[in-house]
Amino acid sequence: MMAENDRNLSIDDVRHIASLCRIGMTDEELERMSAELSDLVGEVAYVQSIDTSRVGPMGHAADSIDTVMRDDESSPPLSVGDVLANAPRREGDYFRVRAILD
Amino acid sequence: MVDLASIHYMSVREMSDALAMREVSSVELTQAHLDRISAIDGTVGAYLAVAGDEAIAQARAADERLTSGTLTPLLGVPMQLKDNMSTRGIATTCASRMLEGYIPAYDATVARLLANAGTVLLGKGNMDEFAMGSSTENSAFKPSRNPWDTERVPGGSSGGPAAAVAAGEAAFALGSDTGGSIRQPAAFCGIVGMKPTYGLVSRYGLVAFASSLDQIGPMTRTVEDCALVLGAIAGHDPKDSTSIPGALPDYTAGLDAGVEGLRIGVVREYFGEGIDPDVAKTAQDAIATLEGLGARISEVSLPHSRSALAVYYIIAPSECSANLARYDGVKYGYSDPDSEGIWAALEETRRHGFGPEVKRRIMLGTYALSAGYYNAYYIKAQQVRTLIRREFTEAFEHVDVLVTPSSPTPAFGLGEKTEDPLAMHASDLCSVPANIAGIPSLSVPCGLVDGMPVGLQLLGPHLSEQTLLRVAYAYEQATGWHSLHPAI
Repeated sequence: MMAENDRNLSIDDVRHIASLCRIGMTDEELERMSAELSDLVGEVAYVQSIDTSRVGPMGHAADSIDTVMRDDESSPPLSVGDVLANAPRREGDYFRVRAILD
Repeated sequence: MVDLASIHYMSVREMSDALAMREVSSVELTQAHLDRISAIDGTVGAYLAVAGDEAIAQARAADERLTSGTLTPLLGVPMQLKDNMSTRGIATTCASRMLEGYIPAYDATVARLLANAGTVLLGKGNMDEFAMGSSTENSAFKPSRNPWDTERVPGGSSGGPAAAVAAGEAAFALGSDTGGSIRQPAAFCGIVGMKPTYGLVSRYGLVAFASSLDQIGPMTRTVEDCALVLGAIAGHDPKDSTSIPGALPDYTAGLDAGVEGLRIGVVREYFGEGIDPDVAKTAQDAIATLEGLGARISEVSLPHSRSALAVYYIIAPSECSANLARYDGVKYGYSDPDSEGIWAALEETRRHGFGPEVKRRIMLGTYALSAGYYNAYYIKAQQVRTLIRREFTEAFEHVDVLVTPSSPTPAFGLGEKTEDPLAMHASDLCSVPANIAGIPSLSVPCGLVDGMPVGLQLLGPHLSEQTLLRVAYAYEQATGWHSLHPAI
């Protein structure tokens, strides 16, 4: 597991992150990413030096909005043909996916 | 009569007036723009797709509406949309292999509003892939070039829209701005660009990058055009849950009210370290002009805002890693053809579909959100975000508008920063704080450094667009930088 304050990311760290976000990488790509990501983490780690005691987190900037609930009314959806028009693989009116279980 | 040979540098207002007076038809205007695109876009590279036949059809419909006398300010005016705004039936790629050939089944709200207003969509603008970048060199298809010097970048990520408007390849364009992607390219290309208050313009149909920061806005050659376009796209949209409800002002009203007595704060942190001295000098000259027009100038310090870049490069990648999880090669977009099994297909699809900068940001965001790091990075960044917003709120108790340069440097050379992501990120230094705080901000041309345009950035409190436009208009009319155009 990665150490809390270690900003140099090892190849194994990067392999773990890549598996979390499902991006395939060769050993060469992992090595390059390890150097680039270490630089980037070093850049942003600066925030940790700022005193934020008694400061709440800000998740969004939409201050003036009290509710995000819309009225519970249905409206016409996109047609099946429109929704499937960009499908890389299709079977009838369904998206075709590859084998999930071996 | 209108001279069709030079029509491409008329303002939206001038085109609109000429159309209303029947001095020119929308078909003639549209064809003149399509000819301009044919003549120079091989060099500029502002367009990923040109929809010529559809544009002429829309222009014909606009001419019919003009004949029937139902005039709206943008009726018949040809424009470009950045390629991350969904357009039904017209490819929307985000300049990514991942969405190459993707044809949306619906229009973004802004596309629908502009279509209803009778504008003519010329085509889709080049950009950094998924709007991640500051030079448009991250486009998977081609770089765009700065019309003022084609060996330099137009900025980014809305580099295509900025270059198109600056080179007269569109009367106006819409860009999107997550950390400066409207304002920095507007500054680099010598045009006006506005990032409105978060929530003022609907994000429905804008391909999501960082949802708490993304905002669509106008890119135009004049301040008045910016007000006209903002008026056409702003407003509540039930399809965007962060869209602000309530009535809107007429953004063109009071443009010429001047700046007498207006309190303008000069942000000390953006005139020293990290800022090109010639850029700082140009912005200071602009501030002196505003003072001469009657504004009351004072110096303001925003120390926390200098943390905004680090906050941005935690929050934006975190949100991007969640938003871009949808690209799985199943419902739409690129799908690796050779992989067996769903997990291998997913990893290979994302490996080949995304470019290097997009991968870096997804990886950085995944790291910042992962177990053991979430509090140290993501929550910490959100806390600093609170401090930055608080600092702006306090500053606006004493001044009406804040000013900084729009970007630390003028446009840099093609290839100059592509191998150094940190140097590229620094180009967003001045623009990022507005997105972090959710406040409106506008870049207006304020002169040239070594023959390249430089922008003055104005920032105001939530929903102060009218004030920003009024200041920018007073400055523009006093200086006339908007009448300079590239030689291309």
